[in-house]
Amino acid sequence: MTEASMAEIADHGPGHASVVDRSGPALVEMQDISISFGGIHAVDGASIDLYPGEVVALLGHNGAGKSTLIKILSGAYKRDNGEIRVKGETATITNPRDAKAYGIETIYQTLALADNVDAAANLFLGREIMTAWGTLDDAAMEAEARKVMGRLNPNFRRFKEPVKALSGGQRQSVAIARAILFNARILIMDEPTAALGPQETAQVGELIKQLKADGIGIFLISHDIHDVFDLADRVVVMKNGQVVGSAMTSDVTKDEVLGMIIIGKVPPGATPGPGASRD
Amino acid sequence: MTEMTSEAPVRTKTVKGESGFKRALRATEIDTRMLGMIGALLVIWIGFHVLSNGNFLTPRNLWNLSVQTASVGVMATGMVLVIVTRNIDLSVGSILGVTGMVMAVAQTQYLTPMLGFNNPAVWILTLIVGLVCGLLIGGLQGFIIAYLGVPAFIVTLGGLLIWRGAAWWVASGKTIPLTDDNFKLLGGGSDGSIGETWSWIFAAVALVVVLFGAWNARRQRQRFQFPVKPVWAEVTTLVVSAVAIIGATMVVNAYMLPGPLARRYAQANGITIPEGGLDIAFGWAVPVLLFIGVGIAMTFVARRTRFGRYVFAIGGNPEAAELAGVNTRRVTMMVFMLMGMLAAVGAAISTARLSSATNAQGTLDELYTIAAAVIGGTSLAGGAGTIAGAMLGALVMQSLQSGMVLLGLDTPLQNIVVGAVLVVAVWLDTVYRRRAA
Repeated sequence: MTEASMAEIADHGPGHASVVDRSGPALVEMQDISISFGGIHAVDGASIDLYPGEVVALLGHNGAGKSTLIKILSGAYKRDNGEIRVKGETATITNPRDAKAYGIETIYQTLALADNVDAAANLFLGREIMTAWGTLDDAAMEAEARKVMGRLNPNFRRFKEPVKALSGGQRQSVAIARAILFNARILIMDEPTAALGPQETAQVGELIKQLKADGIGIFLISHDIHDVFDLADRVVVMKNGQVVGSAMTSDVTKDEVLGMIIIGKVPPGATPGPGASRD
Repeated sequence: MTEMTSEAPVRTKTVKGESGFKRALRATEIDTRMLGMIGALLVIWIGFHVLSNGNFLTPRNLWNLSVQTASVGVMATGMVLVIVTRNIDLSVGSILGVTGMVMAVAQTQYLTPMLGFNNPAVWILTLIVGLVCGLLIGGLQGFIIAYLGVPAFIVTLGGLLIWRGAAWWVASGKTIPLTDDNFKLLGGGSDGSIGETWSWIFAAVALVVVLFGAWNARRQRQRFQFPVKPVWAEVTTLVVSAVAIIGATMVVNAYMLPGPLARRYAQANGITIPEGGLDIAFGWAVPVLLFIGVGIAMTFVARRTRFGRYVFAIGGNPEAAELAGVNTRRVTMMVFMLMGMLAAVGAAISTARLSSATNAQGTLDELYTIAAAVIGGTSLAGGAGTIAGAMLGALVMQSLQSGMVLLGLDTPLQNIVVGAVLVVAVWLDTVYRRRAA
């Protein structure tokens, strides 16, 4: 990361914590969540929460359980134990449709687009606009798609091509557009900048600020500690399926967070979790 | 298809290298592979015409070709959706066999005795029995594939044996002759054709529908101020469609009832036979109209309904479709139910055509059906395919077969040619896709 971009981030950096609204109940709370695959505890008694306008980053090694935990929230996996509460009320989430009904939208690392259909069809997949005759209203969907894409990525023109013909950044904007199109309250972003160049990464950063201002809560899964300190209000570190600890990004340094990720050592500025190293 | 008119600025790079012809083709929004297939069909037709000393491109042969294509063609429209969802159905020939048998038994042993000979309700009820039977068989197979997770290849390979066995078991291997004359109209023949006047009425309706479709598509795009096709391209496609509709109708109307049949028809209808014989045209055959109707309905399902959209999305990326909230299992099961029903329609056509049901009916039809879909551009990798392509594919397959019969080629040699054509067609398809990607 260059000096200039660091400075730019400092301008609108972690100061954005003011948007977070902790007055009411948490947008979402996941409590004591466990899931195992064939005897391996992928997630073991993990608890996390998220407030309106907050960005919570989930950090950890490959296989630490962060993606699995988040897939439970998005309905892709069914948990073995634990409870999910949305706005203080117990939520039943057993498949992706349930999650969407609670306003939980996910942008997957793999983007999860149907490659062979166009952008509009992807944006509305599962929630198509229908005509009075009960048929697909492709024209109306394309019009909506042009509207939302115009906001996210004004240069986007390729509405009639299958999304496999698009660039990484364009595909990313389609995925993000799909998530925000339906008034998401809780947004899950799994490595949103992994496939992007610096300019597109900056675009995603801008977008996240915009979504925060709208009171949307965001779970951000990332490997990139710089990204996390730029974008998140709070970090939660996972290791071996357990939460090592959590901290406001303003209270800890990058080195301290790396220490949590690598050896599970919780610094003074953070709240330890069940996965914290005992010594 | 891309919109050249509005998106020229962003596309200049790719457009620069294109010839004027390619650019013109793109503007008409015609699928190039579809054009390639029509070209291949013409080559086959003209080739056989020359080789058979002018016996192939006759009204009689083309009319027969259209009737022979109908049964496999109807099933191919369903096979497109099956293959698009990355599945396969090897059991359609056997489902055709068993549903044909069930319909024949239901008609001769229950419906005709109960309702009386040639009661108009008989053929409808027979068809409904067949459709329900096909739906249940397809539903059962679809359930096992979608909900129990057994690969479609295995389930339908089992089905290939099971339903063929069932077809034998329904009537202990006996051949059952049909009793209802109305039902037999579904098979074509001189009675099962609509005659000259109705054929022209059909053509006129088809022209109106094509015109309305083009106008409606244009209006929809104008409603949202999207770029529209250039007028000349619109006119060109319309003219080509109109010529095709009128030309085909002229061909089927040029096939006259042979002498004895014409005399019988005249007697039955109280027409006096003029000097120099009587010319009565066959016109469009009922099974062909059914085939076209099924094709239109299936195109509508594939392109304009939520179900069709999900079928293609599942084929493109099953995981993405599931994560987007599509109930992929239910859609998969429904695809197989639809396939079962279309096999029953195919059974109605071929049973009516033979005026009887045999337990060997539809043997190897699964392969012709799959070949038709694949030759018609359905990708075995899933996610891509068109109904119209599969219909043309069925016509290509049937043209090859009929042509070889006309040339007097031995059956083993016919099989060798058909097999080779299938492999070459799929190879060409892979080459095409690699270049397009």
